[in-house]
Amino acid sequence: MPTVLKCHPGIGPSVTGIALVAKDNFSARYDLDRKTGVFSRPTHALAGQSYAGKVLVLDQAKGGVATAWMLHEMKSRGLVPLALVFNRVNPILAQVAAFGSVTIVDRFESDVTDLIQTGDELRIDPAAGVVEILNR
Amino acid sequence: MRLTEDERAMLAGAAGEPRRWAIEHQIAVGEFFDAADLVPVSQAHIMADTESLGESGVRFLETLAAAPEPERRVRIPTLTDPRGLDFAVYKRLGQTDAMAALEARTIAALKSFGVLMTDTCINYQTILPPTRGEHLAMGDTGVVIYSNSVFGARSNFEGGPSALAAALTGRTPRYGYHLDAHRRATRRFQLDVRPHDLSEWGALGGIVGRACGSYWEVPLIDGIENAPGSDALKHFGAAMASYGSTALFHMPGITPEPIEFAGSVPDTVRIGRAELDAFVTAYGATGDKVDVVVFAAPHLSLVEMAAVADALAGRPVHPDTTLLVATSPEIKHAADRMGLTRRIEETGAIVAAGICFYQSYAAEMAEANGWQRLVTNSAKLVNIIGGYGYRPTLLSLERCVDSAVTGRVV
Repeated sequence: MPTVLKCHPGIGPSVTGIALVAKDNFSARYDLDRKTGVFSRPTHALAGQSYAGKVLVLDQAKGGVATAWMLHEMKSRGLVPLALVFNRVNPILAQVAAFGSVTIVDRFESDVTDLIQTGDELRIDPAAGVVEILNR
Repeated sequence: MRLTEDERAMLAGAAGEPRRWAIEHQIAVGEFFDAADLVPVSQAHIMADTESLGESGVRFLETLAAAPEPERRVRIPTLTDPRGLDFAVYKRLGQTDAMAALEARTIAALKSFGVLMTDTCINYQTILPPTRGEHLAMGDTGVVIYSNSVFGARSNFEGGPSALAAALTGRTPRYGYHLDAHRRATRRFQLDVRPHDLSEWGALGGIVGRACGSYWEVPLIDGIENAPGSDALKHFGAAMASYGSTALFHMPGITPEPIEFAGSVPDTVRIGRAELDAFVTAYGATGDKVDVVVFAAPHLSLVEMAAVADALAGRPVHPDTTLLVATSPEIKHAADRMGLTRRIEETGAIVAAGICFYQSYAAEMAEANGWQRLVTNSAKLVNIIGGYGYRPTLLSLERCVDSAVTGRVV
Protein backbone atom coordinates (compact mmCIF):
# COMPACT_ATOMS: atom_id res chain seq x y z
CA MET A 1 0.00 0.00 0.00
CA PRO A 2 1.48 3.37 -0.94
CA THR A 3 1.70 6.14 1.63
CA VAL A 4 -1.01 8.73 0.93
CA LEU A 5 -0.41 12.43 1.65
CA LYS A 6 -3.34 14.85 1.55
CA CYS A 7 -2.98 18.45 0.32
CA HIS A 8 -5.05 21.32 -1.08
CA PRO A 9 -6.35 20.64 -4.61
CA GLY A 10 -3.75 21.80 -7.10
CA ILE A 11 -3.47 22.57 -10.80
CA GLY A 12 -2.36 20.49 -13.80
CA PRO A 13 -2.57 16.89 -14.99
CA SER A 14 -1.89 13.84 -12.79
CA VAL A 15 1.75 12.73 -13.10
CA THR A 16 4.11 10.08 -11.73
CA GLY A 17 7.80 10.79 -11.17
CA ILE A 18 10.88 10.70 -8.94
CA ALA A 19 11.27 13.19 -6.06
CA LEU A 20 14.15 15.62 -5.57
CA VAL A 21 13.77 17.03 -2.04
CA ALA A 22 15.41 19.90 -0.15
CA LYS A 23 14.65 22.26 2.70
CA ASP A 24 15.09 25.28 0.46
CA ASN A 25 13.02 27.61 -1.70
CA PHE A 26 12.55 28.13 -5.42
CA SER A 27 12.78 30.81 -8.08
CA ALA A 28 13.45 30.11 -11.77
CA ARG A 29 15.34 33.38 -12.20
CA TYR A 30 17.41 33.24 -9.03
CA ASP A 31 18.26 29.56 -8.78
CA LEU A 32 18.38 27.85 -12.16
CA ASP A 33 20.69 27.53 -15.15
CA ARG A 34 17.79 27.24 -17.53
CA LYS A 35 20.05 26.33 -20.48
CA THR A 36 21.47 23.17 -18.91
CA GLY A 37 18.63 22.30 -16.52
CA VAL A 38 20.55 22.38 -13.23
CA PHE A 39 20.31 24.45 -10.04
CA SER A 40 22.99 27.13 -10.53
CA ARG A 41 22.77 29.31 -7.45
CA PRO A 42 25.85 28.32 -5.43
CA THR A 43 24.08 28.59 -2.07
CA HIS A 44 21.01 26.54 -3.08
CA ALA A 45 20.68 23.17 -1.31
CA LEU A 46 20.35 21.47 -4.73
CA ALA A 47 23.25 23.36 -6.43
CA GLY A 48 24.60 21.40 -9.39
CA GLN A 49 21.68 18.93 -9.51
CA SER A 50 19.45 18.44 -12.55
CA TYR A 51 15.78 19.30 -12.15
CA ALA A 52 14.53 18.22 -15.59
CA GLY A 53 11.67 15.72 -15.36
CA LYS A 54 11.88 15.59 -11.53
CA VAL A 55 9.23 16.21 -8.93
CA LEU A 56 10.71 19.09 -6.93
CA VAL A 57 9.75 18.89 -3.25
CA LEU A 58 10.67 22.20 -1.60
CA ASP A 59 9.48 24.62 1.06
CA GLN A 60 8.34 27.91 -0.54
CA ALA A 61 8.36 29.94 -3.73
CA LYS A 62 10.41 33.11 -3.57
CA GLY A 63 11.10 36.30 -5.53
CA GLY A 64 10.43 36.61 -9.14
CA VAL A 65 7.45 37.26 -11.28
CA ALA A 66 9.54 36.04 -14.24
CA THR A 67 9.12 32.39 -13.28
CA ALA A 68 5.72 32.43 -15.03
CA TRP A 69 7.27 32.90 -18.49
CA MET A 70 10.44 31.01 -17.69
CA LEU A 71 8.81 27.67 -16.95
CA HIS A 72 6.75 27.99 -20.13
CA GLU A 73 9.98 28.55 -22.09
CA MET A 74 11.75 25.70 -20.26
CA LYS A 75 8.86 23.35 -21.07
CA SER A 76 9.17 24.18 -24.78
CA ARG A 77 12.73 22.77 -24.61
CA GLY A 78 11.83 19.79 -22.40
CA LEU A 79 13.98 21.09 -19.52
CA VAL A 80 11.26 21.66 -16.95
CA PRO A 81 10.46 19.92 -13.64
CA LEU A 82 7.62 17.40 -13.95
CA ALA A 83 5.82 18.79 -10.90
CA LEU A 84 6.27 21.10 -7.93
CA VAL A 85 5.27 19.81 -4.49
CA PHE A 86 5.72 22.62 -1.97
CA ASN A 87 4.66 23.47 1.55
CA ARG A 88 3.29 26.77 0.27
CA VAL A 89 3.51 28.37 -3.13
CA ASN A 90 3.08 32.02 -4.03
CA PRO A 91 0.72 33.30 -6.73
CA ILE A 92 3.40 33.10 -9.41
CA LEU A 93 3.80 29.33 -9.17
CA ALA A 94 0.03 28.85 -9.19
CA GLN A 95 -0.06 31.03 -12.31
CA VAL A 96 2.74 28.92 -13.84
CA ALA A 97 0.61 25.82 -13.40
CA ALA A 98 -2.53 27.55 -14.72
CA PHE A 99 -0.45 28.57 -17.78
CA GLY A 100 0.02 24.87 -18.45
CA SER A 101 3.71 24.56 -17.67
CA VAL A 102 3.82 22.18 -14.72
CA THR A 103 1.67 20.29 -12.21
CA ILE A 104 1.56 21.87 -8.77
CA VAL A 105 0.23 21.06 -5.29
CA ASP A 106 0.81 22.60 -1.86
CA ARG A 107 -0.62 22.93 1.69
CA PHE A 108 -0.02 19.51 3.30
CA GLU A 109 -0.92 18.51 6.86
CA SER A 110 2.75 18.76 7.92
CA ASP A 111 6.15 19.71 6.42
CA VAL A 112 6.23 17.96 3.04
CA THR A 113 10.05 18.10 2.88
CA ASP A 114 10.05 15.75 5.91
CA LEU A 115 7.35 13.46 4.51
CA ILE A 116 9.06 12.78 1.16
CA GLN A 117 12.66 11.67 0.50
CA THR A 118 14.82 12.19 -2.58
CA GLY A 119 14.37 9.15 -4.86
CA ASP A 120 10.80 8.40 -3.75
CA GLU A 121 8.44 7.56 -6.60
CA LEU A 122 5.42 9.87 -6.38
CA ARG A 123 2.01 9.89 -8.03
CA ILE A 124 0.42 13.33 -7.87
CA ASP A 125 -3.33 13.82 -8.37
CA PRO A 126 -3.91 17.60 -8.21
CA ALA A 127 -7.68 17.44 -8.73
CA ALA A 128 -8.09 15.17 -5.70
CA GLY A 129 -5.41 16.92 -3.63
CA VAL A 130 -3.44 13.70 -3.08
CA VAL A 131 0.24 12.69 -3.38
CA GLU A 132 1.06 8.98 -3.12
CA ILE A 133 4.53 7.67 -2.25
CA LEU A 134 4.50 4.49 -4.34
CA ASN A 135 7.63 2.85 -2.93
CA ARG A 136 6.70 3.14 0.74
CA MET B 1 -16.17 30.80 -8.08
CA ARG B 2 -19.09 33.16 -8.52
CA LEU B 3 -19.09 34.60 -12.05
CA THR B 4 -21.07 37.54 -13.41
CA GLU B 5 -23.00 37.32 -16.65
CA ASP B 6 -20.20 39.17 -18.46
CA GLU B 7 -17.60 36.76 -17.04
CA ARG B 8 -19.63 33.69 -18.05
CA ALA B 9 -19.91 35.10 -21.57
CA MET B 10 -16.13 35.55 -21.73
CA LEU B 11 -15.63 31.97 -20.55
CA ALA B 12 -18.00 30.75 -23.24
CA GLY B 13 -15.88 32.52 -25.88
CA ALA B 14 -18.48 35.18 -26.74
CA ALA B 15 -15.84 37.94 -26.37
CA GLY B 16 -13.21 36.10 -28.46
CA GLU B 17 -10.39 33.66 -27.84
CA PRO B 18 -7.97 36.01 -25.97
CA ARG B 19 -10.59 36.83 -23.31
CA ARG B 20 -11.73 33.19 -23.13
CA TRP B 21 -8.13 32.08 -22.49
CA ALA B 22 -7.65 34.91 -19.98
CA ILE B 23 -10.66 34.20 -17.80
CA GLU B 24 -10.10 30.44 -17.89
CA HIS B 25 -6.54 31.06 -16.62
CA GLN B 26 -7.84 33.40 -13.90
CA ILE B 27 -10.47 30.92 -12.72
CA ALA B 28 -7.83 28.17 -12.37
CA VAL B 29 -5.65 30.47 -10.25
CA GLY B 30 -8.64 31.73 -8.27
CA GLU B 31 -9.87 28.25 -7.42
CA PHE B 32 -6.38 27.24 -6.29
CA PHE B 33 -6.51 30.07 -3.75
CA ASP B 34 -10.22 29.56 -2.87
CA ALA B 35 -11.19 32.96 -4.33
CA ALA B 36 -14.92 33.69 -4.07
CA ASP B 37 -15.03 35.81 -7.22
CA LEU B 38 -13.10 38.15 -9.51
CA VAL B 39 -12.47 41.78 -8.54
CA PRO B 40 -12.34 44.66 -11.08
CA VAL B 41 -8.83 46.17 -11.38
CA SER B 42 -7.92 49.66 -12.60
CA GLN B 43 -4.40 49.03 -13.97
CA ALA B 44 -2.36 46.06 -15.17
CA HIS B 45 1.45 45.95 -15.46
CA ILE B 46 3.03 43.21 -17.55
CA MET B 47 6.46 41.71 -17.09
CA ALA B 48 7.34 40.48 -20.58
CA ASP B 49 11.07 40.77 -21.20
CA THR B 50 12.36 38.55 -23.97
CA GLU B 51 14.95 36.81 -21.81
CA SER B 52 12.10 35.33 -19.77
CA LEU B 53 9.66 34.92 -22.67
CA GLY B 54 12.01 33.12 -25.02
CA GLU B 55 10.80 32.13 -28.48
CA SER B 56 7.89 30.13 -27.01
CA GLY B 57 6.55 33.06 -24.98
CA VAL B 58 6.85 35.47 -27.90
CA ARG B 59 4.94 33.01 -30.09
CA PHE B 60 2.23 32.76 -27.43
CA LEU B 61 1.83 36.56 -27.45
CA GLU B 62 1.82 36.69 -31.25
CA THR B 63 -0.86 34.01 -31.47
CA LEU B 64 -3.18 35.89 -29.08
CA ALA B 65 -2.37 39.18 -30.80
CA ALA B 66 -3.52 37.77 -34.14
CA ALA B 67 -7.15 37.88 -32.95
CA PRO B 68 -9.45 40.58 -34.42
CA GLU B 69 -8.88 43.98 -32.79
CA PRO B 70 -12.12 44.13 -30.74
CA GLU B 71 -11.21 40.75 -29.23
CA ARG B 72 -7.59 41.54 -28.35
CA ARG B 73 -7.74 45.13 -27.02
CA VAL B 74 -6.99 45.46 -23.30
CA ARG B 75 -9.91 46.67 -21.16
CA ILE B 76 -7.89 48.74 -18.64
CA PRO B 77 -4.72 50.89 -18.76
CA THR B 78 -1.91 48.35 -19.15
CA LEU B 79 1.78 49.16 -18.65
CA THR B 80 4.99 47.20 -19.24
CA ASP B 81 7.86 46.29 -16.94
CA PRO B 82 11.45 46.76 -18.27
CA ARG B 83 12.33 45.16 -21.59
CA GLY B 84 15.19 42.80 -22.42
CA LEU B 85 17.05 45.23 -24.60
CA ASP B 86 17.52 48.94 -25.31
CA PHE B 87 17.97 49.32 -29.08
CA ALA B 88 20.20 52.38 -28.53
CA VAL B 89 22.86 50.60 -26.47
CA TYR B 90 22.52 46.84 -26.94
CA LYS B 91 25.62 46.40 -29.09
CA ARG B 92 27.79 48.17 -26.50
CA LEU B 93 26.54 45.67 -23.88
CA GLY B 94 27.40 42.61 -25.97
CA GLN B 95 23.75 41.77 -26.73
CA THR B 96 23.04 40.29 -30.17
CA ASP B 97 20.96 41.13 -33.23
CA ALA B 98 18.93 37.95 -32.62
CA MET B 99 17.95 39.29 -29.17
CA ALA B 100 17.00 42.62 -30.77
CA ALA B 101 14.84 40.84 -33.37
CA LEU B 102 12.98 38.90 -30.66
CA GLU B 103 12.50 42.15 -28.72
CA ALA B 104 11.02 43.88 -31.76
CA ARG B 105 8.52 41.04 -32.26
CA THR B 106 7.46 41.23 -28.60
CA ILE B 107 6.94 44.99 -28.74
CA ALA B 108 4.82 44.64 -31.89
CA ALA B 109 2.65 41.97 -30.23
CA LEU B 110 2.17 43.95 -27.01
CA LYS B 111 1.30 47.14 -28.93
CA SER B 112 -1.40 45.29 -30.86
CA PHE B 113 -3.17 44.57 -27.56
CA GLY B 114 -3.14 48.32 -26.88
CA VAL B 115 -0.51 48.04 -24.13
CA LEU B 116 1.29 51.28 -23.16
CA MET B 117 5.04 50.58 -23.51
CA THR B 118 6.21 52.24 -20.31
CA ASP B 119 9.06 49.71 -19.87
CA THR B 120 9.62 50.48 -16.22
CA CYS B 121 9.52 49.04 -12.71
CA ILE B 122 9.01 52.50 -11.13
CA ASN B 123 5.64 53.25 -12.70
CA TYR B 124 4.44 54.13 -9.19
CA GLN B 125 6.97 57.02 -9.20
CA THR B 126 6.70 58.08 -12.83
CA ILE B 127 3.45 57.05 -14.56
CA LEU B 128 0.31 56.87 -12.40
CA PRO B 129 0.77 56.33 -8.66
CA PRO B 130 -1.91 54.02 -7.20
CA THR B 131 -4.31 55.23 -4.52
CA ARG B 132 -5.46 53.62 -1.31
CA GLY B 133 -7.89 50.74 -1.75
CA GLU B 134 -7.36 50.57 -5.53
CA HIS B 135 -7.32 46.98 -6.84
CA LEU B 136 -4.47 46.39 -9.32
CA ALA B 137 -2.78 43.60 -11.28
CA MET B 138 0.88 44.54 -10.98
CA GLY B 139 3.57 42.43 -12.61
CA ASP B 140 6.77 43.24 -10.74
CA THR B 141 7.45 42.31 -7.15
CA GLY B 142 8.90 45.74 -6.36
CA VAL B 143 5.87 47.47 -7.85
CA VAL B 144 3.48 45.24 -5.91
CA ILE B 145 5.13 45.73 -2.52
CA TYR B 146 5.40 49.51 -2.99
CA SER B 147 1.79 49.82 -4.24
CA ASN B 148 0.44 47.69 -1.38
CA SER B 149 2.56 49.10 1.42
CA VAL B 150 3.22 52.77 0.69
CA PHE B 151 -0.06 53.59 -1.08
CA GLY B 152 -2.37 51.03 0.54
CA ALA B 153 -3.43 49.72 -2.89
CA ARG B 154 -4.22 46.02 -3.43
CA SER B 155 -2.33 43.68 -5.73
CA ASN B 156 -0.90 40.18 -5.74
CA PHE B 157 2.23 39.29 -7.70
CA GLU B 158 0.89 38.90 -11.24
CA GLY B 159 3.25 37.03 -13.58
CA GLY B 160 3.32 38.03 -17.25
CA PRO B 161 0.52 35.72 -18.46
CA SER B 162 -1.70 36.60 -15.48
CA ALA B 163 -1.17 40.35 -15.83
CA LEU B 164 -2.07 40.04 -19.52
CA ALA B 165 -5.15 38.05 -18.52
CA ALA B 166 -6.15 40.83 -16.10
CA ALA B 167 -5.63 43.41 -18.85
CA LEU B 168 -7.92 41.46 -21.19
CA THR B 169 -10.73 40.82 -18.67
CA GLY B 170 -10.36 43.96 -16.53
CA ARG B 171 -10.37 41.90 -13.33
CA THR B 172 -8.35 39.43 -11.28
CA PRO B 173 -9.16 36.64 -8.81
CA ARG B 174 -9.98 38.04 -5.37
CA TYR B 175 -7.50 36.32 -3.04
CA GLY B 176 -4.36 37.19 -1.10
CA TYR B 177 -3.70 40.93 -0.75
CA HIS B 178 -7.06 41.91 -2.24
CA LEU B 179 -8.59 40.71 1.06
CA ASP B 180 -8.44 42.51 4.43
CA ALA B 181 -7.75 39.22 6.21
CA HIS B 182 -4.36 38.77 4.51
CA ARG B 183 -3.18 42.36 5.07
CA ARG B 184 -2.72 42.13 8.84
CA ALA B 185 0.82 41.93 10.21
CA THR B 186 2.21 38.48 11.03
CA ARG B 187 5.82 39.42 11.94
CA ARG B 188 7.28 42.27 13.95
CA PHE B 189 10.69 43.96 13.62
CA GLN B 190 12.25 46.81 15.56
CA LEU B 191 14.92 48.92 13.86
CA ASP B 192 17.62 50.16 16.21
CA VAL B 193 19.61 51.71 13.38
CA ARG B 194 19.09 54.51 10.91
CA PRO B 195 20.26 53.41 7.43
CA HIS B 196 22.85 55.77 5.93
CA ASP B 197 21.88 55.49 2.28
CA LEU B 198 19.82 53.61 -0.31
CA SER B 199 22.10 50.55 -0.29
CA GLU B 200 21.51 50.21 3.46
CA TRP B 201 17.75 50.63 3.05
CA GLY B 202 17.97 47.79 0.54
CA ALA B 203 20.04 45.73 2.98
CA LEU B 204 17.43 46.28 5.69
CA GLY B 205 14.71 45.15 3.31
CA GLY B 206 16.83 42.09 2.52
CA ILE B 207 17.21 41.24 6.22
CA VAL B 208 13.46 41.54 6.86
CA GLY B 209 12.58 39.63 3.68
CA ARG B 210 15.02 36.83 4.43
CA ALA B 211 13.60 36.50 7.96
CA CYS B 212 10.01 36.37 6.62
CA GLY B 213 10.77 34.04 3.73
CA SER B 214 7.23 33.70 2.46
CA TYR B 215 4.73 35.52 0.27
CA TRP B 216 2.13 35.12 3.03
CA GLU B 217 4.07 36.83 5.85
CA VAL B 218 3.37 40.54 6.45
CA PRO B 219 6.11 42.27 8.43
CA LEU B 220 5.53 45.29 10.61
CA ILE B 221 8.65 47.44 11.01
CA ASP B 222 8.84 49.73 14.03
CA GLY B 223 11.44 52.30 14.98
CA ILE B 224 11.54 54.55 11.95
CA GLU B 225 11.27 58.08 13.23
CA ASN B 226 11.40 60.14 10.04
CA ALA B 227 9.80 59.41 6.70
CA PRO B 228 12.51 57.69 4.65
CA GLY B 229 11.30 59.04 1.29
CA SER B 230 10.29 57.42 -1.95
CA ASP B 231 13.68 56.15 -3.18
CA ALA B 232 14.56 54.65 0.23
CA LEU B 233 11.22 52.84 0.45
CA LYS B 234 11.66 51.74 -3.16
CA HIS B 235 14.99 50.03 -2.41
CA PHE B 236 13.69 48.73 0.93
CA GLY B 237 10.58 47.15 -0.57
CA ALA B 238 12.24 45.82 -3.72
CA ALA B 239 14.91 44.03 -1.68
CA MET B 240 12.35 42.67 0.78
CA ALA B 241 10.23 41.29 -2.07
CA SER B 242 13.33 39.80 -3.68
CA TYR B 243 14.77 38.10 -0.58
CA GLY B 244 11.46 37.12 0.94
CA SER B 245 8.82 37.00 -1.82
CA THR B 246 7.15 39.57 0.47
CA ALA B 247 4.27 41.62 -0.99
CA LEU B 248 3.23 43.94 1.86
CA PHE B 249 4.83 45.62 4.88
CA HIS B 250 3.56 48.09 7.43
CA MET B 251 5.56 50.92 9.04
CA PRO B 252 3.66 52.69 11.83
CA GLY B 253 3.57 56.42 11.14
CA ILE B 254 4.76 55.99 7.54
CA THR B 255 2.41 53.58 5.74
CA PRO B 256 -1.34 54.31 5.60
CA GLU B 257 -3.12 51.21 6.86
CA PRO B 258 -4.08 50.71 10.51
CA ILE B 259 -1.80 48.40 12.45
CA GLU B 260 -3.49 45.10 13.26
CA PHE B 261 -1.97 41.68 13.84
CA ALA B 262 -3.33 38.52 12.27
CA GLY B 263 -3.27 36.69 15.61
CA SER B 264 -1.49 37.28 18.89
CA VAL B 265 1.23 39.94 18.77
CA PRO B 266 4.40 38.20 17.48
CA ASP B 267 7.80 38.39 19.19
CA THR B 268 9.87 41.38 18.16
CA VAL B 269 13.04 40.81 16.12
CA ARG B 270 15.55 43.62 16.66
CA ILE B 271 17.76 44.78 13.79
CA GLY B 272 20.78 46.94 14.63
CA ARG B 273 24.03 48.17 13.13
CA ALA B 274 25.71 44.78 13.60
CA GLU B 275 23.05 42.95 11.56
CA LEU B 276 23.16 45.60 8.84
CA ASP B 277 26.95 45.53 8.58
CA ALA B 278 27.02 41.71 8.54
CA PHE B 279 24.55 41.67 5.63
CA VAL B 280 26.71 44.06 3.57
CA THR B 281 30.03 42.46 4.56
CA ALA B 282 28.87 39.04 3.30
CA TYR B 283 29.17 40.48 -0.21
CA GLY B 284 32.42 42.37 0.49
CA ALA B 285 35.37 42.20 -1.91
CA THR B 286 37.53 45.24 -1.13
CA GLY B 287 40.45 45.56 -3.53
CA ASP B 288 39.07 43.19 -6.19
CA LYS B 289 39.05 44.20 -9.83
CA VAL B 290 35.62 45.53 -10.82
CA ASP B 291 34.20 44.37 -14.15
CA VAL B 292 30.88 46.18 -14.12
CA VAL B 293 29.13 48.72 -11.92
CA VAL B 294 25.34 48.74 -12.23
CA PHE B 295 22.77 51.25 -11.08
CA ALA B 296 19.39 49.57 -11.68
CA ALA B 297 16.84 47.26 -10.05
CA PRO B 298 14.75 49.29 -9.44
CA HIS B 299 15.08 51.92 -12.16
CA LEU B 300 16.65 55.17 -11.01
CA SER B 301 14.47 58.15 -10.18
CA LEU B 302 15.48 61.55 -11.55
CA VAL B 303 16.93 62.34 -8.13
CA GLU B 304 19.13 59.24 -8.26
CA MET B 305 20.24 60.13 -11.80
CA ALA B 306 21.38 63.52 -10.50
CA ALA B 307 23.20 61.82 -7.61
CA VAL B 308 25.14 59.58 -10.03
CA ALA B 309 26.10 62.58 -12.17
CA ASP B 310 27.22 64.51 -9.07
CA ALA B 311 29.24 61.58 -7.70
CA LEU B 312 31.02 61.07 -11.01
CA ALA B 313 31.84 64.80 -11.17
CA GLY B 314 33.30 64.34 -14.64
CA ARG B 315 35.88 61.71 -13.60
CA PRO B 316 36.43 59.11 -16.35
CA VAL B 317 35.32 55.53 -15.77
CA HIS B 318 38.28 53.10 -15.61
CA PRO B 319 39.00 51.59 -19.08
CA ASP B 320 38.62 48.00 -17.79
CA THR B 321 35.31 48.71 -16.04
CA THR B 322 31.80 49.29 -17.45
CA LEU B 323 29.42 51.63 -15.64
CA LEU B 324 25.77 51.08 -16.57
CA VAL B 325 22.89 53.29 -15.38
CA ALA B 326 19.37 52.03 -16.14
CA THR B 327 16.23 54.10 -15.85
CA SER B 328 12.77 54.41 -17.36
CA PRO B 329 12.19 56.05 -20.76
CA GLU B 330 10.39 58.95 -19.02
CA ILE B 331 13.25 59.65 -16.64
CA LYS B 332 15.80 59.20 -19.45
CA HIS B 333 14.02 61.94 -21.43
CA ALA B 334 14.04 64.20 -18.38
CA ALA B 335 17.72 63.43 -17.74
CA ASP B 336 18.51 64.22 -21.38
CA ARG B 337 16.67 67.51 -21.12
CA MET B 338 18.40 68.50 -17.89
CA GLY B 339 21.90 67.58 -19.06
CA LEU B 340 22.27 64.68 -16.59
CA THR B 341 22.66 62.04 -19.33
CA ARG B 342 25.46 64.06 -20.95
CA ARG B 343 27.25 64.53 -17.60
CA ILE B 344 27.09 60.77 -16.91
CA GLU B 345 27.97 59.57 -20.42
CA GLU B 346 30.90 61.97 -20.94
CA THR B 347 32.75 59.88 -18.32
CA GLY B 348 32.40 56.78 -20.51
CA ALA B 349 29.37 55.41 -18.61
CA ILE B 350 26.30 54.04 -20.43
CA VAL B 351 22.79 55.31 -19.70
CA ALA B 352 20.15 52.79 -20.82
CA ALA B 353 16.39 53.35 -20.98
CA GLY B 354 13.72 50.72 -20.38
CA ILE B 355 16.00 47.82 -19.40
CA CYS B 356 16.91 46.65 -15.92
CA PHE B 357 20.14 44.60 -16.18
CA TYR B 358 19.03 41.30 -14.69
CA GLN B 359 16.08 41.17 -17.10
CA SER B 360 18.45 41.82 -20.00
CA TYR B 361 20.30 38.59 -20.74
CA ALA B 362 22.64 39.03 -17.78
CA ALA B 363 24.33 35.64 -18.30
CA GLU B 364 24.96 36.32 -21.98
CA MET B 365 26.32 39.80 -21.19
CA ALA B 366 28.70 38.28 -18.62
CA GLU B 367 29.99 35.82 -21.18
CA ALA B 368 30.29 38.35 -24.01
CA ASN B 369 32.12 40.90 -21.85
CA GLY B 370 34.05 38.63 -19.48
CA TRP B 371 32.20 40.09 -16.48
CA GLN B 372 32.29 38.49 -13.02
CA ARG B 373 32.67 41.10 -10.30
CA LEU B 374 29.60 43.32 -10.23
CA VAL B 375 29.28 46.31 -7.91
CA THR B 376 25.92 47.95 -7.22
CA ASN B 377 23.98 49.89 -4.61
CA SER B 378 20.93 47.64 -5.18
CA ALA B 379 20.45 44.88 -2.62
CA LYS B 380 17.81 43.39 -4.92
CA LEU B 381 20.34 43.07 -7.74
CA VAL B 382 22.93 41.57 -5.40
CA ASN B 383 20.41 38.88 -4.46
CA ILE B 384 19.39 38.03 -8.00
CA ILE B 385 22.60 38.19 -9.94
CA GLY B 386 24.50 35.38 -8.18
CA GLY B 387 22.31 32.88 -10.05
CA TYR B 388 23.64 34.32 -13.32
CA GLY B 389 27.27 33.58 -12.45
CA TYR B 390 28.25 37.06 -11.17
CA ARG B 391 30.09 37.81 -7.93
CA PRO B 392 28.17 40.80 -6.52
CA THR B 393 29.22 43.47 -4.02
CA LEU B 394 26.88 45.95 -2.30
CA LEU B 395 28.19 49.49 -1.76
CA SER B 396 26.82 53.01 -1.41
CA LEU B 397 26.21 54.98 -4.60
CA GLU B 398 29.31 57.08 -3.96
CA ARG B 399 31.56 54.05 -3.38
CA CYS B 400 30.11 52.35 -6.46
CA VAL B 401 31.10 55.38 -8.51
CA ASP B 402 34.58 55.48 -6.91
CA SER B 403 34.95 51.77 -7.77
CA ALA B 404 33.99 52.47 -11.38
CA VAL B 405 36.58 55.24 -11.59
CA THR B 406 39.45 53.29 -9.97
CA GLY B 407 38.53 49.86 -11.41
CA ARG B 408 38.81 48.32 -7.91
CA VAL B 409 36.25 47.70 -5.14
CA VAL B 410 36.78 50.58 -2.69
